[in-house]
Amino acid sequence: MQRTITRLLSKLKYACAGFLLLLSPTAFADYKLNLTQGVTKISHDVYDLHMVIFYICVVIGILVFGVMFYALLKHRKSRGHEAVFFHENTKIEILWTLIPLVILIGMAIPATIVLLEMEDTGNSEISIKVTGYQWKWQYHYLDDDVTFFSNLKTSTEEQQNLVPKGEHYLREVDNHVVVPVGKKIRFLFTANDVIHSWWVPDLAIKKDTIPGFINENWTVIDKPGIYRGQCAELCGLNHGFMPIVVEAVSQEDYQKWITDKKTQAAAEKELASKVWTKDELVTKGEEVYTRVCVACHQANGQGLPPMFPALKDGPIVMGDINKHVETVLWGVKGTAMQSFAAQMSETDIAAVVTYERNSWGNNKGDSIQPLDVKKLKDLGPK
Amino acid sequence: MMSENTTHTADHHDHHHGHGPIAWMSRWLFTTNHKDIGTLYLWFSFAMFLFAGSLAMLIRAELFQPGQQLVDHNLFNELTTMHGLIMVFGAVMPAFVGLANWMLPMMLGAPDMALPRMNNWSFWLLPFAFTILISTTFMEGGGPNFGWTFYAPLSTTFAPKSTDFFIFAVHLMGISSVMGAINIIVTIFNLRTPSMRMIDMPIFVWSWLITAFLLIAVMPVLAGAVTMVLMDRHFGTSFFSAHGGGDPVLFQHIFWFFGHPEVYIMILPAFGIVSEIIPTFARKPLFGRVSMIYAISAIAFLSFIVWAHHMFAVGMPVAATQFFMYSTMIIAVPTGVKIFNWVSTLWKGSITFEPPMLFALAFVVLFTIGGFSGLMLAIVPVDFQYHDTYFVVAHFHYVLVSGAVFAIMAAAYYWLPKWTGYMYSHTLAKFHFWLSMIGMNLTFFPMHFLGLAGMPRRIPDYALQFADFNKIVSIGGFLFGASQLLFLYIVIQTARGRFGIKATPEVWEGAAPHGFEWTLDSPPPHHSFTTPPVFVRPAHH
Repeated sequence: MQRTITRLLSKLKYACAGFLLLLSPTAFADYKLNLTQGVTKISHDVYDLHMVIFYICVVIGILVFGVMFYALLKHRKSRGHEAVFFHENTKIEILWTLIPLVILIGMAIPATIVLLEMEDTGNSEISIKVTGYQWKWQYHYLDDDVTFFSNLKTSTEEQQNLVPKGEHYLREVDNHVVVPVGKKIRFLFTANDVIHSWWVPDLAIKKDTIPGFINENWTVIDKPGIYRGQCAELCGLNHGFMPIVVEAVSQEDYQKWITDKKTQAAAEKELASKVWTKDELVTKGEEVYTRVCVACHQANGQGLPPMFPALKDGPIVMGDINKHVETVLWGVKGTAMQSFAAQMSETDIAAVVTYERNSWGNNKGDSIQPLDVKKLKDLGPK
Repeated sequence: MMSENTTHTADHHDHHHGHGPIAWMSRWLFTTNHKDIGTLYLWFSFAMFLFAGSLAMLIRAELFQPGQQLVDHNLFNELTTMHGLIMVFGAVMPAFVGLANWMLPMMLGAPDMALPRMNNWSFWLLPFAFTILISTTFMEGGGPNFGWTFYAPLSTTFAPKSTDFFIFAVHLMGISSVMGAINIIVTIFNLRTPSMRMIDMPIFVWSWLITAFLLIAVMPVLAGAVTMVLMDRHFGTSFFSAHGGGDPVLFQHIFWFFGHPEVYIMILPAFGIVSEIIPTFARKPLFGRVSMIYAISAIAFLSFIVWAHHMFAVGMPVAATQFFMYSTMIIAVPTGVKIFNWVSTLWKGSITFEPPMLFALAFVVLFTIGGFSGLMLAIVPVDFQYHDTYFVVAHFHYVLVSGAVFAIMAAAYYWLPKWTGYMYSHTLAKFHFWLSMIGMNLTFFPMHFLGLAGMPRRIPDYALQFADFNKIVSIGGFLFGASQLLFLYIVIQTARGRFGIKATPEVWEGAAPHGFEWTLDSPPPHHSFTTPPVFVRPAHH
C-alpha cells in the first residue's frame, strides 16, 4: 500500500509539471489571461495600475517565498540542521512594519489620482440614463429624448444546446447603445426593481444601478468598435442574461443613428393610431412576448409558479380584457409583476395581450386596439 | 479541595454510562463535556462541509460547459446561496468552535469549559438551524436564491416565501455563535491555570479570545439585518425600499458591518492554529510572539472600519471611498507581520514535514496569494474591474479554502492523535494533502483569469470565451471534492485505531514545550485537568 502510494506521489509530480506547462503563455496563446486594456484613457490608467500592483505583489511574493523555500530546503532536520533558538528582534519587526507601509503609500498615490479622475463627470457632451430592469436595460438619451430597451438576443435553442452557439453567445442584444467616439459621455444609472450593475470592461466602468438612487460615471471612447459587457450584480433569475453592447461610431454615424431612432419612434406612434386586425396583433404579440415576457412566464405560458404564475388558463388572461391590460400596465404590487406602462408602447401591449388570450390553448377570441390601451393608460392606475 | 471535587464529579459522570442506543443518544444529546461537544461540533461541521461541497460539485457540473446542462436558473441561484451560507455558518465557524472546545480547556489547564450546559445548547441549536435552512429547498417557490449576502430588495420584495425560514435559521445560528463566544471568553478569563498570565497563553487561545469578541460584536448586527428584512417583508416597513423613503444601500452597509469582521472570524483562529503548528515542526519557539498578538488585535480592530470595500461600486461619496481604500490597504501591514514572523520561525529551524506541517506551510503560501489578490481588490479604480467577478471568487476561496479550511485540516491532523490516542498513516495523510493541494489550485487559480477576462460571478451560463478555463476549474473542483472522502476515511479509521499506531502523550517530537495539551495522556482524561497545572515560563522568555 505504502509503496504504491509513494509511486503514485512521484507520478503526481510529473502531472503537476505537465499542468504548469499547459498554463504557459504559448500553449494558451488564444486565451485571455489578463485584464483588458480597454479603449479609453481611464481604462488604460486602470490597466496600468493593475499591472503595477500586480508586479509589486510578484516581487514581494518572490522575496517572501524565496526566503521561505530556502529555509524549507536548507534548514530541515533530514539534512541534520539543528534549530537555532532566536525568537525576537524588535528592530526587524519595526522594519517590516514600516517598509510595507511605504510600499502601500506608493500604491495609494497613483490609485487616488485615477480615482479622482474617474469621479469627474463635469463638462459632458451627451447624457445617457441607464435603467436596470429584471432582466434588460433601458437607455434614455436625455439630450435627444430617444428611449429604448436592450434585450438579450441569444435564442433559447442555443441556451438549451439544441443548435450550435453563435460567436457572441449570451453577449448580443437587439438594440446596441450607440455612442460617438471622442465625446465625453455621462451615464446616469438607476434601476426599476432590484439592484443591477452596469459593467463594460473595455470602458472600465462598473456602477451599480439602484432603485430610487442615481449614480454617475463617464467615458470618452478613443476608437470605434463594439464593446460587450453584462450585469455584474446578482439580480434574480436571469441575472446572467442581460448583456450590454456598446457601439462606438463616428460623430456623423451617431447623428444619423439618432435621426433614425427618432423617425422610428414617430412611426411607432403612427402604428398606435391605426386599427389592427386580430391576426396582425397576434403575430406582433408573439414577437413582443418572446422579447419581454418569456423570461418569467416561459415560452409555453406555464410560468414558474408560484413566483411567476402560468398564463395558460390563468385567471387574469382568461378574465376581463380591460383588467388584463391594466395588469400589464400597472403591474401587481408586492409581486415580481412590474408596471410595463413606461416600458412598452400601446401597440406592444395591445398585441401581447391579444396574443396571450389566443395562445397555448387559451381561446378567448377577443382582441384590443392600441387606442383602447391608450385610453386605459390615460386613466392612470386605480 | 478543588481536585477532590472534580474527581468526584468525574466518577459521578461515569455512573451514567449505560449501553444500548438510548444510552448512546442521551450521552451525546445531554453531554456537557467539552471533548464530547467538541467532537459533535467537528463532526457536524464535517458533514456540512461535505454537503455544501456537494452543492459546489453541482454548480461546477452545470458550469462544466456553456449552455444549460443540469439545473435551471433558479436552482442555480439556490445552489450558490446554500453553498455559501452552509460553508460559512455550518462548516467553517462550527469547526473552529469545535477546536476551541477541545483545545482551550487543555491549553489553559482547565477541567472543562466554564459554562457546560450552555455549551450543550450552543451546539444543539445548530442541527435544527440547518435542518430548517436546508428544508427551504423543498418549499413552494424554492429556497433562498439571492446569494449568501441576501441584498435587499432581492431578499425582500422579490424573494421566495421560504425567506422567512432562512431568517429564523440565521437567528438560531447567531444565538449559537454568541453563546459559544461568551463561553470561550469566560473560560479564558476564569479557568486559566493561575500561574499562566494572559501573555503566556498559546496563540491559538489568543486568536480565539479576539475572535470571540468579534462574534459578540457583530452577530447581533446580522440579527438586526435579518430582522429588518423580515419587517420589510411583512410589517410594512421600508428600511431598504426607496418607495417608502428607505435605502437599499443601507442594507449593504449593515450587512458588511457584520460581514467583514465575519470574514476575520473565519481566519483569526486559523492564524492561531498555524502559529501552534509551525514552531512544533520547526523545533523552535514562535518568532515575535508578542507582535503576533498585536497583529491579530490590529486586524480585528481594522475589520470594523473597512466594510464598505465590498461595495465600492454602489457609488459612495469619493471621500468615503478613499477612506475605505486606505483603511483596507493598511490591513496588509499586520497581515504581512504575521507572514514574516512565520517565515522567521522556519528560518534556521530543524524542519520536518509531517501532515499538519504540510497543511500549515500550504496555508502560509496560499493565504499570502489570497492576500495579494486582496490588496489588488482594495485599489478602488481597479476594483471596479474585479468587483463581482471570478477574480473575487478566486480571492475569497484562496483565503477560505487554502486559508481557513486548510488550517482546520492542519489542526485535525495535529491534534487527532491527542484526541483519539492513535496515530494515522502519514503516507495516506500526505496523499490527501497533495490531492487537496492540487485540486484546490486547479479549481481556484484559473478563476483569476476568468475574472480578469470579464466573467461575472453567480451566473448559470457564460459566453464562449470562458469555456476552457471553466472546464479546468470544474475538473479541479471534482478532484478537490473527491479527495475529502479520503480525509473522512482517515479520520474514521484513526478514531477506530485501525492504523494500529498508539500515540504517546507528546505525540510529536519536541511538542511538549508548546502547550499543556501535550502533557496529558493521548487520549486525555475525561476532565482534562482536575488540578491546575503549573505554567513554567520557557527560559528564553
